[in-house]
Amino acid sequence: MNTNTVKISSSNLNLYYGTNHALKDVNLELYTNKITAFIGPSGCGKSTYLKTLNRMNDLVPNVKIEGEVLLDGENIYDQRVDTTLLRKKIGMVFQQPNPFPMSIYDNVAYGPRIHGIKHKAELDDIVEKSLKGAALWDEVSSRLKKSALGLSGGQQQRLCIARALAVEPEVLLMDEPTSALDPISTLKIEDLMDELKEKYTVAIVTHNMQQATRIADHTAFFLVGEVVEYAPTTELFTVPKDKRTEDYITGRFG
Amino acid sequence: MTTRVNYENELNLLNEDIKEMGRMVEHSIEQCFIAFEDQDFEKAEDIIKGDRTINDMERAIEARCLSLILRQQPVAGDLRVVSSALKVVTDLERIGDHASDIAELILRIKGDHVYHVVRHIPAMATAAREMVRCSIEAFITQNIETAKQIEQQDDVVDELFDKVKTDVVDLLKQSTEHIDQCIDLLMVAKYLERIGDHAVNVCEWTEFSKTGALKNVRIL
Repeated sequence: MNTNTVKISSSNLNLYYGTNHALKDVNLELYTNKITAFIGPSGCGKSTYLKTLNRMNDLVPNVKIEGEVLLDGENIYDQRVDTTLLRKKIGMVFQQPNPFPMSIYDNVAYGPRIHGIKHKAELDDIVEKSLKGAALWDEVSSRLKKSALGLSGGQQQRLCIARALAVEPEVLLMDEPTSALDPISTLKIEDLMDELKEKYTVAIVTHNMQQATRIADHTAFFLVGEVVEYAPTTELFTVPKDKRTEDYITGRFG
Repeated sequence: MTTRVNYENELNLLNEDIKEMGRMVEHSIEQCFIAFEDQDFEKAEDIIKGDRTINDMERAIEARCLSLILRQQPVAGDLRVVSSALKVVTDLERIGDHASDIAELILRIKGDHVYHVVRHIPAMATAAREMVRCSIEAFITQNIETAKQIEQQDDVVDELFDKVKTDVVDLLKQSTEHIDQCIDLLMVAKYLERIGDHAVNVCEWTEFSKTGALKNVRIL
């Protein structure tokens, strides 16, 4: 059970926004069926790093990326890589729930339709399976044709997770997925993440260190674009090796 | 520089409380042996009464630790300090209890000066008292080197306990006149041996507090 298989690894990853050197020689390995948390102060590069894992930064003007990110050993920055297919494999959930202004059903079916699935029975199956996977089915099964915008914030976020699951990804990237949610919705998402990791590899950016201790198997601490420390979560939060990690997680950071 | 002023204050107060409790326990043990040697029964009574204050202090420190966990969610070095404090107060309290137990025996043994007849009791008392003093010092100053030395000293106390047993057997072979006192002194020796064990525990929690490991094995 304790064996860690590497799902994604980055080596000597550097990222520049114009002249701003935002990621400096990031070497990290994310393990299959584990949750990895990225913590650090605002502007430390943790969200930037998360976005490099499915090439979301490609869309930013003046960005320059060096080094490589391997998914199952294949460099995702290789010119032959189709980013649409890459993002099907590596799904993403954002800080603000962002359901499309359409029905709950259509939100979840959106991705599969884009990838060519047209049969209603097949879509029905995917929608049900995805909503169940996101622990939302019981709450919405009777109103699938209603607008997604009528859901609560927590439900909307789980809908976004269902939408990400609908294209059967292998990795889920979550950028502060609960920071806009109330405590109960937050705990529901955390419980859900614990279930999701049985099927997927999960990476999460969080400002909430207690959240990292509750859910993450491994935690990486970022500071001014560098990974200061990366360790099993219990280790990082009980015996951090680097004084900067200790200072940050204990709140002694000026 | 810190951004958590109240938190720092509470952690400092916890440290002060532990120091204070340590001083109280040390004092209790010291007084115990003065009472024994001088046959000062008033002092023995004071030790028994003083044990309540030590027990109250244990509760107060536990409350402070739980409050810190609840309100501040300490992590890293702070988590180790708070959790080891929670464990150490139990050992300190037990050391205090045993000092009080010995004080009660002093009152029972009253009148008969067999203390020096059981030859190895004074040496055992000195060794145990030194272990307590040094273990508390090691915990407060977070000195694992000292803590490791004290752990080894426990073997000395254990050997002395065996010698006390032999002393008592020899005494009883010579005469049955002091059977009661001999049994009571054997109990004193047993309490001293337990005190040594609790001092070892304090040393082990010093190691945890500093390194996150107990006997070189990481807990988490």
